[in-house]
Amino acid sequence: MVENRPLGNLLSHVVLIFGVALVVFPIYVAIIASPHPPGTFLRGVMPLLPGPNALENYRTAWTEGRSRAGTPPISLMLTNSLIMALAITIGKLAISIISAFAIVYFRFPFRIFFFWIIFLTLMLPVEVRIVPTFQVVADLGMLNSYAGLSIPLIASATATFLVRQFFMTVPEELMEAARVDGAGPMKFFRDILLPLSITNIAALFVIMFIYGWNQYLWPLLITTDPEYYTIVMGIQRMVTGGDSEPLWHLVMATVVMAALPPVLVILFMQRLFVKGLTETEK
Amino acid sequence: MQTKRTTFSGYWLPYALLAPQVIITLIFFIWPAGQALYQSVLRQDIFGLRVTFVGLDNFRRLMEDPLYLNSMQMTLVFAVGTTVLSMALALLFAVMVNNMIRSRDSYSTLLVWPYAVAPAIAGVLWWFIFNPSIGILPYMLDMVGYDWNHRRSGTDAMILVIIAAAWKQISYNFIFFLAGLQSVPQSLIEAAAIDGASRAKRFWTIVFPLLSPITFFLLVVNIVYAMFDTFGIIHATTEGGPAQATNILVYKVYRDGFVGLNLGSSAAQSVILMTIVIALTVIQFRYIERRVNY
Repeated sequence: MVENRPLGNLLSHVVLIFGVALVVFPIYVAIIASPHPPGTFLRGVMPLLPGPNALENYRTAWTEGRSRAGTPPISLMLTNSLIMALAITIGKLAISIISAFAIVYFRFPFRIFFFWIIFLTLMLPVEVRIVPTFQVVADLGMLNSYAGLSIPLIASATATFLVRQFFMTVPEELMEAARVDGAGPMKFFRDILLPLSITNIAALFVIMFIYGWNQYLWPLLITTDPEYYTIVMGIQRMVTGGDSEPLWHLVMATVVMAALPPVLVILFMQRLFVKGLTETEK
Repeated sequence: MQTKRTTFSGYWLPYALLAPQVIITLIFFIWPAGQALYQSVLRQDIFGLRVTFVGLDNFRRLMEDPLYLNSMQMTLVFAVGTTVLSMALALLFAVMVNNMIRSRDSYSTLLVWPYAVAPAIAGVLWWFIFNPSIGILPYMLDMVGYDWNHRRSGTDAMILVIIAAAWKQISYNFIFFLAGLQSVPQSLIEAAAIDGASRAKRFWTIVFPLLSPITFFLLVVNIVYAMFDTFGIIHATTEGGPAQATNILVYKVYRDGFVGLNLGSSAAQSVILMTIVIALTVIQFRYIERRVNY
């Protein structure tokens, strides 16, 4: 702070309060709309104060969903989302860490070639090659399964890069000392390298969990069985399924519950999250 | 590419460590991408019985297809709108937050969490807010005499998806701008203040130029986001309509492939999109090598 300008500071606060209001508004609306009885949305403009049916609406959403339009209850979709997000996150971390270890700590033929194969995945997001990827997964018989939901998404160039970047900064002496003491590569990896990188791995975990939880297009394509619907894609089914206006109170209750887990992760691990985000993209 | 000065030796171990990632990459990334390339030069008849080699004909047809050209134009409008809106607001908020001393952390926390909200959910939320019959914003717009209807008006629908996409991206840009602002040397700003430069002058002549590497980086990231990660927003709300007004390229690949079952055309569109992603990635990496100049 160079100078003290009360008026300027006041202006900053006003702008920021406006900004926070803008950012919070949509979620506020969802929270407000979810406890209203269905009738509220048939007449007039939507309310700005909460309604009386909180318990009832959330219970309906949680246990029944909109079963007649083909969406399963939220409890099931949340479980599916959690399984998918954790499988993607843990899978990504596991294969990225060991492949970065191989690339940094070994010298072997075709090293650069493998590095480039991994690097290429950065340039091929699912969205741009939807049809052929779907065909591959269908041929492998992985439609409507947790394996199909997670495995195709776990190859990750960004995680490999970040881990590699970190491994490059680990002092050489550690490895030399370990070798002098007779430690093999896996012993060094387990007892020295992994404990050192635990913060970076945690930061990556936060980013990858949010990525996994928020997957939309992929679950939409490969699940036709409501047993495997995830919550983020299930919302779309709730909005467009059925032929009447969407049941907004149930949709909004679902929205609140779908957004809650990743938002909580960010709020409680904000420092790790910011670290993970700014470092992965470097 | 560098390794450590000393390395472990092992004939099969490094390959075994790389194997899981390489196998998954080959099966789910490289092979489908190859398939897309291959299918983009073929054409199937409507029953999928006969496949003929047509060379670059699929691409030529796309370039002559008014729907595809329209989709490109819409993507451009959408990407530019989303990028400009979210970056401008994020920069404004970051500058303001950076001025704060005691309240910096609380404002940051309140501004970063929408990063966690899925694009599809962001879309549904704004769709609800803008709902022509019960939404709060159309109600307010009606009072100033504007008849909002994103089911009929293409412009309204485009504004709706831009707002939803930009809203979700503000927090991401905010985090990067704030990190950038905090690394601007305080001594430069103090020196300028002593020389009598006003706040605005200090911002535009010192801070903003020093932020330019981050701004450029965010520009590329935001364009990539708007072009490829916003599928959920479109699909959950407007579904490309009304009358193709929000049919952006990623959505069109999906629609032509899965709904229209026009595999050759969809594959050709995939190839075009891959080219765009590769170009953007190369731009981003070239810039990262240069940014140390500052």
